[in-house]
Amino acid sequence: MLEHYLSIFVTTVFIENIALSVFLGMCTFIAISKKIDAAFGLGVAVIVVCLITVPLNNFIYNSILKEGALAWAGLPDVNLEFVGLISYIGVIAAAVQILEMFLDRFVPALYNALGVFLPLITVNCAILGATLFMVEKDLKFGESVVYGLGAGVGWAMAIVVLAGIREKLKYSDIPEGLQGLGITFLIVGLMSFGFMSFGGISL
Amino acid sequence: MTVKQYKDVIITPLIKENPITLQILGICSALAVTSSLSVTLVMCVALTCVVSFSNLFISIIRNYIPTSVRIIVQMTIIASLVIVVDELLKAYDYETSKKLSVFVGLIITNCIVMGRAEAFAMKEKPLISFMDGLGNGLGYSIILIAVATVRELFGAGTLLGYEILPLVSNGGWYPANNLLLLPPSSFILIGFMIWGIRTFQKDQVEPNDFKLQKHANAPDLTKRESNA
Repeated sequence: MLEHYLSIFVTTVFIENIALSVFLGMCTFIAISKKIDAAFGLGVAVIVVCLITVPLNNFIYNSILKEGALAWAGLPDVNLEFVGLISYIGVIAAAVQILEMFLDRFVPALYNALGVFLPLITVNCAILGATLFMVEKDLKFGESVVYGLGAGVGWAMAIVVLAGIREKLKYSDIPEGLQGLGITFLIVGLMSFGFMSFGGISL
Repeated sequence: MTVKQYKDVIITPLIKENPITLQILGICSALAVTSSLSVTLVMCVALTCVVSFSNLFISIIRNYIPTSVRIIVQMTIIASLVIVVDELLKAYDYETSKKLSVFVGLIITNCIVMGRAEAFAMKEKPLISFMDGLGNGLGYSIILIAVATVRELFGAGTLLGYEILPLVSNGGWYPANNLLLLPPSSFILIGFMIWGIRTFQKDQVEPNDFKLQKHANAPDLTKRESNA
């Protein structure tokens, strides 16, 4: 059993890395990777939000939205899958809002460290993407906890690595038009080619 | 509103203020769906529809949205539109819908939609907001179509499924560049595209944070070459 969970975790972090293999959360990935500190803060926030919202959405999907899931309420023919998208994004927006208030009240140090990144996370496609992949893979509740954690950790790792490379890039002489955005795209492309080498591994 | 203003909001996002190459918005889907042109076209139409209509609806009710809950209101409108698009696609083009998998759903969090709603539709009149959405959707489409054309033509030798360059494996002369079919290649293509655009649009160039200083004891490279 433990092996099964471990293999899901390793698969999501390395083989199906949410940033470098399926390219989700790219906008923030590229915009907020100039400094390692900021990248790390955002990474932690993504891990926390993924860990909360993916299992929560899994619970909602399995007990309310799925075809025949409402059998416990005496409605075995109801299929609410079409309102999936709107409920997932609602859950994510609400979770982020509650997390923000909770941190503000009980862990002000972390709240200050995360700052503007928390509200930004609502529109980070990595979070919604993780939920949608979870639904597509039809994971069980326990698996979805591990999947959420893995997705967050994979994304955080990728953005910290990119920030590290970009900090080193300050010292390089880059052609004018490539400075900033252009060279970042090329680096991310090379990084994701590197991550493809994990692709052959099956666990 | 004059005709010229309408024309401006449609044309500037195409190259000058392109959402992908300048504003860093909506990149995620640009990378993952561009391996074949027909899928890309469907994605572009879907996004352009969502961004124009979300701009229109948000702009219509902009004066009634309280600022504190505006994100949720915008999200609800966008999510409803995306659900409509998703269901339509599932009903009429199931194959493409399977290929796009989660990326149709991800239009909700596509930053172009949110970004334009926040930056334009909340301030301007409905009709011009609609046009702005259309312009940005088209700007996004131009980049996607360009990337998809290069990837499908040189990666698989086809365009929209029709053979253009006969492949070696089918008895033709063109050895397919499989590298281009891999998703990371779209990063590299967009990177070069940005370089190209910025060569002509000098004002988009980002200045370097640091200047390289010549080393005090730097050897004169030209001399060394002649000695050797």
